[in-house]
Parts: sequence; C-alpha cells; structure tokens
Amino acid sequence: MKIEIRSGRVIDPGHRIDREMSLYIDAGKVAALEEAPRGWRPDRVLDAKAMVVCPGLIDASARLREPGLEHKATLESEMAAALAGGVTSLACPPDTDPPLDEPGLVEMLKHRARSLNGAHVYPIGALTVGLKGETLTEMGELNEAGCVAFSQADAALGDTQVLLRALQYAATFGYPVWLRPQDAALSRGGVAHDGEVATRLGLPPIPSFAETIALDEIFELVRATGVRVHLARLSTHQGVARVRQAKREGLPISCDVAIHHVHLCDIDIGWYDAHCHVVPPLRGTRDRDALRAGLADGTIDLICSDHAPVDDDAKQLPFAESEAGATGLELLLPLTLKWAQEQRLPLVDALARITVAPARVLGLKAGHLGVATDADVCVFDPQAHWRVEPGELKSQGKNTPFHGLELVGRVRWTLVAGQVVHER
Amino acid sequence: MHNPQLNAEGELTHLLTLEGLPPEVIGRILDTAVPFVSIAEREVKKVPLLRGKTVFNLFFESSTRTRTTFEIAAKRLSADVINLNIGVSSTSKGETLLDTIDNLAAMNADMFVVRHAESGAPHLIAQHLSASGKSHIHVVNAGDGRHGHPTQGLLDLFTIRHYKRDFRALAVAIVGDVLHSRVARSLIHGLTTLGTAEVRVIGPKTLLPTAVESLGVRVFHRMQEGLDGCDVVVMLRLQNERMRGSLLPSAGEYFKHYGLTPEKLRLAKPDAIVMHPGPMNRGVEIDSAVADGSHSVILPQVTFGIAVRMAVMSIVAGN
Repeated sequence: MKIEIRSGRVIDPGHRIDREMSLYIDAGKVAALEEAPRGWRPDRVLDAKAMVVCPGLIDASARLREPGLEHKATLESEMAAALAGGVTSLACPPDTDPPLDEPGLVEMLKHRARSLNGAHVYPIGALTVGLKGETLTEMGELNEAGCVAFSQADAALGDTQVLLRALQYAATFGYPVWLRPQDAALSRGGVAHDGEVATRLGLPPIPSFAETIALDEIFELVRATGVRVHLARLSTHQGVARVRQAKREGLPISCDVAIHHVHLCDIDIGWYDAHCHVVPPLRGTRDRDALRAGLADGTIDLICSDHAPVDDDAKQLPFAESEAGATGLELLLPLTLKWAQEQRLPLVDALARITVAPARVLGLKAGHLGVATDADVCVFDPQAHWRVEPGELKSQGKNTPFHGLELVGRVRWTLVAGQVVHER
Repeated sequence: MHNPQLNAEGELTHLLTLEGLPPEVIGRILDTAVPFVSIAEREVKKVPLLRGKTVFNLFFESSTRTRTTFEIAAKRLSADVINLNIGVSSTSKGETLLDTIDNLAAMNADMFVVRHAESGAPHLIAQHLSASGKSHIHVVNAGDGRHGHPTQGLLDLFTIRHYKRDFRALAVAIVGDVLHSRVARSLIHGLTTLGTAEVRVIGPKTLLPTAVESLGVRVFHRMQEGLDGCDVVVMLRLQNERMRGSLLPSAGEYFKHYGLTPEKLRLAKPDAIVMHPGPMNRGVEIDSAVADGSHSVILPQVTFGIAVRMAVMSIVAGN
C-alpha cells in the first residue's frame, strides 16, 4: 500500500522540519519526504493542503481501564478516542483492576491492543504488588512482557524504605521509574488545592508542600541510587522550581504535566464542578503560570492527557466523593495548540511536547518522521473550530472540565504503520 | 460567577450559601423573620403560607436539633413535612444521591431541606433539579460538610441584629474549630456582606484553614488578644473526635487556652453577647457560668432559629 500525503505543512519536531511538502508512505514506513521515490504510483492520495502533517502523537499517560474497569471504558472505545485525537502511541499507567503487576496481565493487554489494530500501547508496570507499596513486583518478567517503566500510578508510596529498595532494584537493571510526587500522609483525604478556594468551599485540602516534600525525597533517593526517574504530573510552582534546580544539578530526571493543569486552576471548580476533580488537584493561577513557563523553558519535558475516563455515576456526586479524573485523549492536541497560541510558541516547539519528547522519555523510536521509520502520522486542520460536546467524544468517558469550550485544530487523518485508521 | 441560588430576576429560589448573596436579600430574610418570632407566642402558632406544600427533610447526616427546628418551622407555615433519615436507609441500599432526589421529586416534593456530610451536596442537588426540568423544587441547605450552614448563619445574624442593631460598628469574634466549621464559614460571609467592622477568628493553627484571612477576617491565636473589646463572641462546637489526636492534645488543654470562662469574657465589652450554635460541650469550649450567664443569648438563638427558617422557607417558596 502506497499512500501520499500531498502538499501539507510537514512539522517534524524531531528533525526541526516545518515546511510545505509531501510525505510518501510505502509498506507501512516513511519512504520519502518532499521528493517522490522513483516510479512513485500511490494507491491513495490524501490531500493535505492547508493541513499540518506531524508525527502521530504520543500520550505518556492514558488509562484504557482494562482489565477490570470496563464499566468506565474499554480498549475499543479508548483506542477509537486515541486515534480520533491523533494519538498513535500511548503509555498506560498500572492502576487497572487488578493492577498491572503480573506478566500475564500485561501480555493480555498488549495482545488485546494489537488485535484492535489501533495505537501502540506501552504498559507501565506496577512498582509494587497490587500498588500496595509493600512488595516489589517481578520487574524483569514485567519488562519482558512489555512494560517500559514502573510506577505506583496515583497510589503514593508511604513507606520510604520500600521506595528506596524499589528504586535500587529498578536502578540495578536500568528500568525507569515513574513517580507522582505527592506525600502520602499530607495528601490523605484531600481533594483540592490548599488555598482560598478550598477554604471557601470547605473542601479537604492538599497542600503544595505535599508535592515539594515528595520531590525533595525523590531527588535524595535518585542521588543515592542513580535510578532514572520520570516525575509524573507536576502541579505547583515550587515544584517547577525544584525540578529546574535538580536538572541543573544533572540528576537523571524528566517530568511531565497534564494538559488540564496547563489551562485550569482551582478557581475553575466554581460551585463544585466535579469535572475539575483531578489528581493532583488544580492549583492556583501562579502555579498554572509556572507550569506554562516550565514547559516553555524545557524544565517540564512533555504534556500528557492523563486520560481518565470516568462513568457519569462516579462524577454525579458531591465533589469530594466524586471520582477524580478527566477524559483527554481527544483534547490533547487542540489544548496543546491553544497553549502554543497563547504563549506565541512556534508550532514545531509545541508539537515536540506531545511527539518527540514523550518518545524520548519512553525510549520509543516513534515520534518523528524520519525515512524508514514506521509511518505513524497525524494530519490535522489547524484552522478547524469545534466545540467540545462530551456526547460526541469517542471515549466512553464524557467527563471533561472543558465541556462547551470552543477549540481550534481537529484531526483529519490518523495513520498507524502506514494505514489510515481514522478519518473525518 | 453565576449564583445558582438566584433566579434571573435576582430572587432567592434556593438557599445554598450566604456567600455572594446581596445584602438586600439577607436583609429581607431577617426582616421577614421578625413577625414570625411573635407567632410562637400566640395560641395558634400557624400561618398558612406553605399550605398544600410538601417539604422533605433530607438528612444524609444525622442531626436531631436542626431537623427538629426545620420541621417546626415548616409546620408553623402549614406545610406537610416528611422527615427522611437517609443516612440509614436508601444510600445503604446502594441508591445514589441523585436517584433518591429523582424519586422524591416524583412524589411531587416542593422543597428539600438537605443536610449532607459532603461540601457541595446541596449545590449538586439544585443543579440536578434544574438540569432535569424540576427547578420549581426549592433546595435549602441545612448544613453541608465544612462548607456552609446558611440558616444557622442567618439566625446568628438575626440574633446579633436583635441585640446590637448596627453591624457596621461591631467587632465579632468566632472562636474554636473554624477549620471544620460550616457555621463559621456561613457566619463570616454574612457578617462581611453586612459590613461588620471587624470579624475575628480565634483558634490554634491546627484548627484554622489555610488563607482564612481571604474570607475577610483577622486571625488571632490567643483569646486574650482576640476577645479584647469584642461586642459578640461566637463559640464553635468542638467535635468529640477532634479533642484528642494530631489536631489537639486534649480537651482539657483546649479549654485552658480557648474555653470561654467568665475571666476571659471580661476582656470583651461589658455588654458583649455570647453565642453558640449548639449542642454545647460544657467545660470544653464554654464554661457553664458563661453558658448560663447574663451575657449568653444561646437559648434566644434557638427561638430565633425557627423564625429565620420560616422566613427562608416562605421566601424561597414564593419565588
């Protein structure tokens, strides 16, 4: 199958390319850019005039809810959501039911994902059995089964001794560990940023120093063990400053932010909008501004959707009782474009945060459009305006704090390994 | 921000919080309550304002006192009152909060009086009713989590106005567990809206919420300083489970620092009044000599509470 994506604006952040040209795909790989290969006879031509052609997006955190939580979402529904959002590779955290702590579960997930012929799925294995923070998982076996890293997902590890050993063990074999910096005790029972809004609304708070104390602890343990740590979901301005300093020191760390933290803050909770119940909590405007600045200067490596489909029943509850999380796979691209536009950032720099940067952190070959690589491509209309109507999202989770918002930028075609898997 | 308790004409259709209520709306409730106080002294203690209406007392968290005062208030307005202690019925059978609401709405309820352990539950119910085309059903918040207890706030305002008249000349001190107190939050909003000269909160750092000053109060940690020259002292109830643990070492030490004794009360103005939302822990937050003393207006608060709740119910039902 030969596909020609004709005359689009090709943006490949990995190679710092941004110019109008055609992309030629043959046998699932990128065959050529700009100049057609000799004797080129395409089976299909996608007219990409006025469109942006970029590497398929890589979402560093998307919950597919399988196994065990199929009432919230299924691989089918979330895979369709990923492709509709231009996402061709995604990493899924281990907080399924049961958690991804056994090779069999990981193999099953990978097998199910492959059979759907959608986005590439890269499971992140549980760091401890059942995410309970007590016993280490068989990281070697899990790695062989396909886990690209290990994490506790949102279950903070309260026992520092166990954390130290988990990091030592992972460091022994060079496995990266993903940690969400949040002190278990200081965040217990909390649902909102500890500030004026939580005080007014009477919501149990999570202080900013729940994050910074955890960061300081992680940095010490990184120094002690040499483990490579990816910090998941930074949320505070003090946290951004800490990470900036730690990177300057040369610690082997990387870090991400969820797209909703780039745009929202605790004021958006309004009168208890449970769609704004996310973890870590939406923090103050100063924090949001610092996260944006951190993204722009590279302190924060990448943006993820932190996709968490939640069923209506679990959201239609008083704020603190509602389940945390927001659907995001289909919003990652337009919300990243919105950020870039607001920051007056070149598109090539913005798209790097959702393509080549996550590829680097996940250790994937994907995320760029080099010749002979798998043709995972996203073609989007950068001028298309659309309104977020939760009912029209492909994800089974309709829970988004961005409901009703008008966004710019919509995916036209998504290709995985040279096959058109989504078009609208 | 959109105020979900006012209709397009700016009239009160639910009472969810005192925050953001215009002073005229609060003033009207207090004025409406005045004649209701005397109804209680009549032979026939009823007016027909809510005749034919059905009021559901939905208590997802148990409370005898507040439920009783709402029940009396509704009955004096001639409404039919149904009490539901939901904490021990449907939710334990797995029914969701909004399923319960839909079922009761289908029984042609006119008003829900809601008490819930989670902040924001009455807002959720009001939004749900409006989204499902049942905005004719009124919601009155009878206490939600740490967030608000607006009828308590109003009865406190009524009491203060009764004894002190002009808020703009007053210093009001609220003492104790502000962190967990919906009573404190509602009263603070009401006092600041009515232009109270100074609202103070007094308590240990473990019992004051972050950025409490942003509510418009001055923060004190010592009774001696905080009570100095006060016109009104509002003592908050300290829950049993908070008397010992990581918030406070013991009830005894709490009383020593923050319990209101006749000696500490002498720091306030000579004509200061002492209030308490009840139920009181004698010897923990308040000394019996003060609770039963000449400055105490704790029992009048209860009487006024019924009148204020009658005013709230009649006003929201009329809009």
